[in-house]
Amino acid sequence: MTVITKQPVSPIAHLTPEDIEQIGVELDAIRQEVLDSRGAADAAYIRKVVDTQRKLELGSRAVLLVSVLPPAWILGTIGLSIAKILENMEIGHNVMHGQWDWMRDPKIHSTTWEWDNASPAEGWKHSHNELHHTYTNIIGKDNDLGYGIMRVDEDQRWHPMHLGQPLWNFINACFFEYGIAAYDLELGRNLAIPKEKRSEDFKRRARNTLAKIRKQATKDYVVHPLLSAPTGSLLPTLAANFTANLVRNVWSHSVIMCGHFPEGVETFEKKAIPANETRGQWYVRQMLGSANISGSKAMHVMTGNLSHQIEHHLFPDLPSNRYAEVAPKVRALFEKYDLNYHTAPLPQQVYSAWHRVVRLSLPNGWLATTNATNLPSQLKLLYAMSTKGAKVRRAAQARLEQTERRQAAAERAAA
Amino acid sequence: MTLAPALLERVTRVAELLATPLVPADYLDVFAPLRAGADLRARVVAVQPETRDAATIVLRPGADWAGHVPGQYVRIGVDVDGVRQWRAYSLTHGPRPDGHISVTVKAVADGTVSPYLVHRLEPGSLVHLEQAAGDFVLPAPGTAEAPTKLLLLTAGSGITPVIGMLRNLHPVTDSGVLDLARRRAAGYDLVVLHLAPSAPDSIFARDLATLAEAGAIRLISRYDDEHGVFDLADLTALVPDLAERATLACGPGGLLEALAAHHEEAGLPLSVEQFRPTTVVAGEGGEVRFTSTDTVVEAGGAQSLLEAGESAGVLMPSGCRMGVCFGCVVPLRSGAVRDLRNGALTTAVPGETGPDGIPVQTCVSAAAGPCEIDV
Repeated sequence: MTVITKQPVSPIAHLTPEDIEQIGVELDAIRQEVLDSRGAADAAYIRKVVDTQRKLELGSRAVLLVSVLPPAWILGTIGLSIAKILENMEIGHNVMHGQWDWMRDPKIHSTTWEWDNASPAEGWKHSHNELHHTYTNIIGKDNDLGYGIMRVDEDQRWHPMHLGQPLWNFINACFFEYGIAAYDLELGRNLAIPKEKRSEDFKRRARNTLAKIRKQATKDYVVHPLLSAPTGSLLPTLAANFTANLVRNVWSHSVIMCGHFPEGVETFEKKAIPANETRGQWYVRQMLGSANISGSKAMHVMTGNLSHQIEHHLFPDLPSNRYAEVAPKVRALFEKYDLNYHTAPLPQQVYSAWHRVVRLSLPNGWLATTNATNLPSQLKLLYAMSTKGAKVRRAAQARLEQTERRQAAAERAAA
Repeated sequence: MTLAPALLERVTRVAELLATPLVPADYLDVFAPLRAGADLRARVVAVQPETRDAATIVLRPGADWAGHVPGQYVRIGVDVDGVRQWRAYSLTHGPRPDGHISVTVKAVADGTVSPYLVHRLEPGSLVHLEQAAGDFVLPAPGTAEAPTKLLLLTAGSGITPVIGMLRNLHPVTDSGVLDLARRRAAGYDLVVLHLAPSAPDSIFARDLATLAEAGAIRLISRYDDEHGVFDLADLTALVPDLAERATLACGPGGLLEALAAHHEEAGLPLSVEQFRPTTVVAGEGGEVRFTSTDTVVEAGGAQSLLEAGESAGVLMPSGCRMGVCFGCVVPLRSGAVRDLRNGALTTAVPGETGPDGIPVQTCVSAAAGPCEIDV
């Protein structure tokens, strides 16, 4: 994908400025409908989810006290994994978005909530709510795009180190909560600053994050296993807790990758965003920069309704249980203005997102121009691009792009 | 004996380690919301209709309820249409042997909370509480500061705390009638002067009548439609021994102010409670006070509170500045603000809305009248 301003035909070229503002008005109306009908049933929903999650977590932890027995281990691990996913996705993420602030319940409020994750709520709310949701999919501004460690766009120059990005992405998936903590701290940028010059604010946030990680680890890897020790379940409990965290990490990473990373989701150039972007323009960027996952009700709950990523990005502060009813109206609006409503089942979106990661780990055009017969020569070319200097890389890149253009022209002629 | 607290502390510490990032209370609340140590809550035992639009709500308070003195009020938090609302109500029962407390609520026609309590509150549900408060209580009898001869002057719904006092002296029996066995309880000599626009059809008026018939109190009722609007100059004529009595009065602000002036001139003791809380009148823009620095700015109706604060040099938390990130949320202590996106009003009245104010997004809220922001 290329930032929309550099595409031959921008997907929004057919929209007049009046169209864009009208989209804003219509989306505001959809939002208002939900606000007007928000009430006791919604409050009952989130309380029910919180109640269920806490009982499930306590039940699973209780079962794990005897996790030396294999059925107990399996049952407890599945239960705890689901509890941890619910806690992070449908509860934590959405509460910290302020989706439930309207209830004025201090126990379910964005200003008081702390979640079961390595990253403290304070840092996450800044990097996620403020940066990611405001600057969605703007290359260089939105760290959620590749978390600052990946090549996410053709326009970013390829470098041999990008060959490793499928591996980094996999490792990031397994330890996602720590990845989030690191980029909430902007660790890479801050560690590059000499120690004595780092800001007080960074040092404070780093201390808080370390304290949070220590507490989280003490809970899952020390205290709960020790409680299980009398039944000989110390190690099984430790393993179960590690597994539950791993499952939660991989799951949430997959869901989030599906939200902005599948092929066909648009990215934006920093300098092409007007300084005083209107509400309509902001809405349109959110519409193009997100992708949905289609599936069952259970799947929606387990993704924290981020399966309705488009609706979530348009209305980040509406209660998550209402996205499903808003979705058909939003989709109709996409169709009315001839925009691409990007939705597909989970396996398809995960594949698509990973495909993009792999494709961009390679030089532009390499994957498209490679087939079974030219594989040896293409590998040789890739080897040369990876080991020789920048000059060779530039020349080879030009050749790759030329081949790709010819190939595309030939395909057009054949058609 | 010293072992127990140390052990308890250690258990608590382990429980905290287990519960992080939540606290043990978050899990205990799922199973025992009324236990000692929990935030104060109460279970609704019964909603007893009194008249067509009034009901007595009987509550079983949590273990930490510290009790109350008749005449005191309690602040109750209920979720109406999903939104936590706090209101203060006079406790209308003396402390009961079964430990229950009660408030009697009249549904205000266009109110938010009172119609909910009277018509929709389900027995078995939970409400939030604060400890009883208020200095408007029946003085302990016989002391020099608290004479036993009292005039209880009530106007309109100002009758409720006085009913609380009287029901403590003459408890309501299980069948709902006043127990008059303790006639002239504790040696009080009580005159009740009740003012209202017209003869009210209320359980409280009937209670007063019953007590008067039994000789427990001397009741003087003055209804505007029957006797004309009450004039303080008539007070001495109605209560000839006024000079020997201490006055406890509860009613609207205007009456209380006039009464205060009257009693000061006459050199008579007076204790008052204003009943109608201040109402917020929403307008366009207004004076905004930022409490931590005591900065006051005049903000326009189209200007966000965030901009107003920043332009006055107040250190405002902020984020996306477009209503998305909730990084700018601070408590509205009093007054009204308007959501710049859809015009929705949020009002905060100290003593009525939440004890910590109402959190608002300053980046998309503008002043709708004078208001106070805690930042």
